[in-house]
Amino acid sequence: MDVTNIAAVSGNIAVIGYGLAAVGPGVGVGLVVSKTIESIARQPELAAKLQVTMWLGIAFTEALALIGLATPFIFA
Amino acid sequence: MEFYPEIVAFEGTPFALNRIMLIRLLVLSLLVLVFWLWTSKFKRANKTNNFVPGKFQLMGEISLNFVRKSIAHDQLGEKDGDRFLPLLTTIFFVTLGMNVTGIIPGLNIAGTSVIGLPIVMAAAAYVTFIYAGVKKHGGHFFTASLFPAGVPKPFYILVTPIEFLSTFILRPVTLALRLTMNMIAGHLLLVLCFSATQFFLFNADGFFKAFGAGTFLFGFAFTLFEMLVAFLQAYVFTLLTTVYIQLALADEH
Repeated sequence: MDVTNIAAVSGNIAVIGYGLAAVGPGVGVGLVVSKTIESIARQPELAAKLQVTMWLGIAFTEALALIGLATPFIFA
Repeated sequence: MEFYPEIVAFEGTPFALNRIMLIRLLVLSLLVLVFWLWTSKFKRANKTNNFVPGKFQLMGEISLNFVRKSIAHDQLGEKDGDRFLPLLTTIFFVTLGMNVTGIIPGLNIAGTSVIGLPIVMAAAAYVTFIYAGVKKHGGHFFTASLFPAGVPKPFYILVTPIEFLSTFILRPVTLALRLTMNMIAGHLLLVLCFSATQFFLFNADGFFKAFGAGTFLFGFAFTLFEMLVAFLQAYVFTLLTTVYIQLALADEH
């Protein structure tokens, strides 16, 4: 039986890969920031401390997206 | 590619210089100059007992105290904070200086956007936090970080490889990658915006020229955003180094 292509996408599959890699960290950073905002709203006097922790959390979460960005340089 | 520009001097020797290396050397000499001026100001103030700072000295005091007070002392406490302060200050100001060149017109590329420099700084951070841990706990540092207390014995089969990977491999790798990739992504964003502006203004016709104004505005906004990112990455790099040192120094519970 002949194979019929109904739809075709041209371009580099790595783009889709990076798109997928950006989903998780996107959700993660969103959660970190939203919880921090919530906590600051509850206890404004802790804002400075919470912000430091927030940056740390963002830095750790963001690392995944950045590894996704680095993979084409390593495996290409 | 833009991240591997052609070599301009000393070609063929191990000291070959390209555009990015020249930018790094420029930033380095500027940093040395500024720090030399700051310290001579501080010294003169100490000698003459004239403690009212001028504008330049005040700038130095604020920037140096930012690292000292709100990074080192907050995370490590006064004693350990001052012990590791030279490394932290160096990392912060080198990273900041090298990042900022990404948005300076004419230089337009960050000194940290090629992975060599971030690797060196990540290696310094790595060696330092292991040194801090070994100095304080001896060989117990490794067993404590590989076999965290309070885990049932059979789970060590799972936990130990993960801890090894995250503590001794992923920490320095992510430190270096985070900085480099942020700078590369920022540079690519700016290139995209401004080359789109150029395309729309000069090559597109009629109505599409209007898009050029939009992309130019975006490019301008992203330049401001990159300024924030440059500072933030320097801050995050220093903060993470501090936290790693703090985790290595912490007594396990």
